[in-house]
Amino acid sequence: METLSVFVKAFLVGGAICTLGQIIINFTHLTNGKILVIFLIAGAILEGFGVYSKLIDFAGAGASVPISGFGSALVKGALKAAKEKGIYGAFTGGLAACATGISIAIVSGYLVSVLFRPRTKAK
Amino acid sequence: MQTEHKITKQNYKDYVFNKMPKSSHWKNMFWAFIVGGTICAIGQGFIELYSIWFSDQDASILASSTLVLIAAIMTGFGVYDQIGRFAGAGSTIPITGFSNAVVSPALEFRTEGYIYGVGAKMFLVAGPVIVNGVTISVIVALICMVLGVL
Amino acid sequence: MMYYKGRTLNFSNSYVVDGYTIAGPKENHGKFKGMFDLALDDDMFGQNTFERAERKMFEHAIDGIVGKCNCVHKEVDAILGGDLLNQIVSMSFAARKTHAGFLGLYNACATFVESLIVGSSMLNSGLGKVICVAGSHFSTAERQYRYPLELGVLRSPVTQWTATGVGASMLSSTCEHNCVKITKATIGRVVDFGIMDVNNMGAAMAPSACDTICQFLRDTDGDINDYDAIYTGDLGKLGMSILVDLMAQEGYDISAKLVDCGASLFWEEQKTYQGGSGAACTALVFNSKILSKFRRGEYKKILFAGTGALMSPTTSFQGDSIPAITHLVEVCN
Repeated sequence: METLSVFVKAFLVGGAICTLGQIIINFTHLTNGKILVIFLIAGAILEGFGVYSKLIDFAGAGASVPISGFGSALVKGALKAAKEKGIYGAFTGGLAACATGISIAIVSGYLVSVLFRPRTKAK
Repeated sequence: MQTEHKITKQNYKDYVFNKMPKSSHWKNMFWAFIVGGTICAIGQGFIELYSIWFSDQDASILASSTLVLIAAIMTGFGVYDQIGRFAGAGSTIPITGFSNAVVSPALEFRTEGYIYGVGAKMFLVAGPVIVNGVTISVIVALICMVLGVL
Repeated sequence: MMYYKGRTLNFSNSYVVDGYTIAGPKENHGKFKGMFDLALDDDMFGQNTFERAERKMFEHAIDGIVGKCNCVHKEVDAILGGDLLNQIVSMSFAARKTHAGFLGLYNACATFVESLIVGSSMLNSGLGKVICVAGSHFSTAERQYRYPLELGVLRSPVTQWTATGVGASMLSSTCEHNCVKITKATIGRVVDFGIMDVNNMGAAMAPSACDTICQFLRDTDGDINDYDAIYTGDLGKLGMSILVDLMAQEGYDISAKLVDCGASLFWEEQKTYQGGSGAACTALVFNSKILSKFRRGEYKKILFAGTGALMSPTTSFQGDSIPAITHLVEVCN
């Protein structure tokens, strides 16, 4: 029962964040890149106030998988490193915390571009 | 047939807006919710799996990375964009959308070589995310330091 | 003998000998199935990039039209045409393989009609045979104007689908047996009604289509009822209904005669939303359906307008609106 509720929470919160994004797209016709950046910055600012971490504690992947979770992780890393190492940490902490995700995206992007071809779309 | 108002250059935009077919808001939102929620729930599944071996924080990072990898492969097979056609924000906002945004230009511009094609164009769509994300993280950390919150 | 009134030219000896079309797989599954001279199963056309495939389609179309008209390359005086890519590379590169004079033209999706007008003028100035060719390719245009192919985005319901195909016409100053004739042409002017949404090109182009068609009717004292049909390039369904409204406002009812090349290319279930777009629309429809309808005697006289949206991704990102142009020719039996 405990595990099931974790999944339900992740599904509901993750779905809600995406739905919010879709509502913004529907009413403002913003492009993909802009939507990603808006959610990223929203997550980063909320983390600055310490709010987003609480959402992650509650919803797990439901809050960490959306791009706002990425923004939150950047800020969380920067704040943690700034606390430990001062101004030097403020500059290194963010990227260090997200290095895994970015590296995997870059490397897999590279590999996929070697192994695959783009396809013409039928619809 | 338009009879009530004369269409002029000035009111043309409003006239077009009223005539335009609208996206089906409820359908878009429904699919964004279902697909977005499902991706997050799958991510939660990986977190549960990895936390058997790793700490909570590492499990979370690894789960996101797994999703990135899966989305990259799906992009390679030409499946991810099919999901995006109906899921909209549901497949854009999760970290998998970020992965799709990195991999799809890499794939597309491969014909221009690995240096100027893949290398230079990979962050065509996703670049703003990294640039803005890193900048805001540094700014927030500096502000917190100045305010003495830390 | 060439004279003009307003923006309308008259041609006395411009004949369409024949047309040749190559279409992509999706187009051949549309409403024109089986009407193309060559339908590709794979739009890579045996090449390793989509750009090379588009180029090969142009080369093939030029060879095809020369063969279909039973002439040799040497007899062709000039080749006119263009495509949608930057620096009109597909057309220019394809022209390397020929020895005829070459004029590269660009008016976005109005390029084919533009080439018919320029070609007809050249025939009136003494040339014997010219080839007019235009085309586009979904996968190359998508990358240049929109997103990478594999990026998952929700398409707006006002979007159109860039058609894959190339159409070529052979124009001649002499006619052997009842040729289709280009008799008049109106050169369009650039009209911008301030539409910013790059997805909604139909709305951006409809005012320019209205402007050119009305100009033609004024210049020639023409009657809309004399024409069997009025073709537009790639306004799409929304653009067509806007054009009908705009024309009604000018006092012309064209709803029964209006056919849009782009909108008529695909079936509803092919999910192209507003229909096809791209330079291929006019070139494909003119060289397949329209010419064969003339041959069967179903058409006596039509108006054929090509519509083009003249923006580039750079201008859109910089927040400029979309200028549009429409060129028109009168085609008779």
